[in-house]
Amino acid sequence: MSRIKRRYLAWAALGLLTGALAVAAAGCGGGSSSSSKSSNSTTTVGPASIGKGEGALNLIEWPYYSDPSFANKFIQQTGCKIHRKDAGSSNEMVALMRAGGGGGGGQWDLVSASGDASLRLIRGGDVKPVNIKLIPSWNDFIPIFKSPAHNTVNGVHYGVSLQWGPNVLLYNKTKIKPGPTSWGALYDPKYKGQITIPNNPIQIADAAFYLMHSQPDLGIKDPYELNKKQFDATIALLKKQRKLVKLYWNYDTDGRAAFANGDVSLGAIWPADTAALQQKGVPVKEVIPSVGATGWADTWMLAKKAPHPNCAYLWMKYVTTPKPEAQQALIFRETPVNPKACPIMDKMEAGSCAKFHLNEPLPYYNTIKFWKTPIPQCGNGKNDCMDYNAWQTAWTQVTG
Amino acid sequence: MAELVEAGASLRSARLRISAALWRRPWLKLGLLLAAPVLAFAVVYLGALVSLFVSAFWQIDAFTAAVIHKWTLDNFKTLWNDHTYWRITGRTIGIAAAVTVTDAVLAFPLAYFMARLATPRLRALLFIAVLLPLWSSYLVRIYAWRTILAKDGALNWFLNGIGLPDTGLAYTNTAMWIVFSYVWLPFMVLPVYAALERIPDSYLEASQDLGAKGSRTLRSVILPLALPGIVAGSIFTFSLTLGDFITPALVGGAGSSFIGNVVHDKVGQPDIPFAAAFATVPVVVMAIYLLIARRLGAFDAV
Repeated sequence: MSRIKRRYLAWAALGLLTGALAVAAAGCGGGSSSSSKSSNSTTTVGPASIGKGEGALNLIEWPYYSDPSFANKFIQQTGCKIHRKDAGSSNEMVALMRAGGGGGGGQWDLVSASGDASLRLIRGGDVKPVNIKLIPSWNDFIPIFKSPAHNTVNGVHYGVSLQWGPNVLLYNKTKIKPGPTSWGALYDPKYKGQITIPNNPIQIADAAFYLMHSQPDLGIKDPYELNKKQFDATIALLKKQRKLVKLYWNYDTDGRAAFANGDVSLGAIWPADTAALQQKGVPVKEVIPSVGATGWADTWMLAKKAPHPNCAYLWMKYVTTPKPEAQQALIFRETPVNPKACPIMDKMEAGSCAKFHLNEPLPYYNTIKFWKTPIPQCGNGKNDCMDYNAWQTAWTQVTG
Repeated sequence: MAELVEAGASLRSARLRISAALWRRPWLKLGLLLAAPVLAFAVVYLGALVSLFVSAFWQIDAFTAAVIHKWTLDNFKTLWNDHTYWRITGRTIGIAAAVTVTDAVLAFPLAYFMARLATPRLRALLFIAVLLPLWSSYLVRIYAWRTILAKDGALNWFLNGIGLPDTGLAYTNTAMWIVFSYVWLPFMVLPVYAALERIPDSYLEASQDLGAKGSRTLRSVILPLALPGIVAGSIFTFSLTLGDFITPALVGGAGSSFIGNVVHDKVGQPDIPFAAAFATVPVVVMAIYLLIARRLGAFDAV
């Protein structure tokens, strides 16, 4: 190859590289202008009434959360055709909502966010305020789910509560004798190599919840509001626990498989998994220790750039009515937020209302500490609590 | 009819003119031929890589988690100072290296047999056997291994049957090593086979004529000539393991995170800048690896 040709090629390569850089920079710049937004739009409270449905509804949801058994009736009534996008974890939901410039990218209408994701979406400006007056069932909700801290900020609702459940202690009856009665079992060296724990930074709260009762002198009041000292004590406990853990499950189906294959015999998981394992004949039993448990509560949240807001409101209105609440609860083995679902649940499966703790007196709900995204402001006027970024980093340090 | 003939003639002359123009200007021909792939490469491939590098120098707002477009080295400082990330990087590179060595050791005899000893019929059968796993999804094969290695799985059932104790392999780094070695083996066998097949028989005969025993021929003739193939295969096995996050998530246990798993978690948090910063580590590792591979002749056509 002649020297001239060589120089020619070098220039061409340089030109291409510059072009690529320019394109990349333009792409990044474009994304930035649309993603820099604030969430303090407290004045707007959404529409005054629900208009006619737009004919479509795009949902990001826990797999099959809009189960056809109750969604089909909604589609018939409103003409809103549902397009589902399943997300297997809270992080996946946040990532989907953030894609395409945030706010659901103009593609998604609603997301069934759990409490560990909801505040992140609110603070990132990905969801917008909801006019709760347009959702009549809201008045019937169990009081703590009307304006819970995980979906309501300064009195502004960013969605409507849906279903909830506790995180339970599950064990294999034939391998663990006698059965454990305290969360302490998950930190007991006796069970080394038999334990499974969810792979989720919010799991730090479970350890904090245990310390709240076993080491009262740490002064932990809320397992999601930890100052540096409390946080360090919790992480120290989790680092000790890591040596006992066989598997940090990413999806609950992985945790389920580990129980079914005999790889683990004790762990933290969800009631839906207990039911699925028992149905398969695996001899497992779940317990909620007397001190209570951490729990999750899901919220249908409205995307900031929702393309079908009317269908979204119609859906929030529909799924919180007693019948769909009961149907969804029994499919996913979770608990409605609307107590009027109780008689319908009992009719569909005798005793299920009591089994899923829907008819408990109010003090019961105070023993369940519901997931919420940790933030620096923790109610004592000081901003000395560890935020979610610190939780995520510490969780990587523990498990990685 | 006359019109048609005329049209055909003018079409033919146009074509002739174009081909003559292209013949006179070879750079135009080359440019037209390469425009599409080069553009795709520059925009899609290099563009993605550049945007990765650029966002690695940004940060997120602690309050809203929105990306702040201000240049900072903080992400790299965190990576450097926190021994967690050293541990994870070390584990990722270590297992990738172990998988590469394992695959090379397993692939060489198999490829040698296929290339030089097997009958054409047997060779075809072996090729199908090597490639057969690629017909099913990668995910299916990993789940299959999880079932095999489980406590109540096939492996322990077999071992217990012949009076041996449980292996306890499920959800360990050893399990990851086994599964990785299995899924990437075909990518080692094929280049090694190609290298071995190209060795002329006369070289081996010459070696024998000069009095070399089998082992000496292997060491002094076959291995040096097969080395570029082994190195080429190792690029596949090493890079594929280095970038994986599914196998660690499904068959790894406590303390099995790879770089890819941390990147995945950080994208979900979302902290894209930190994810981008950590994602540059495998890029650098691969660059070094490829430089070494070039030294060893992986890119020299024989």
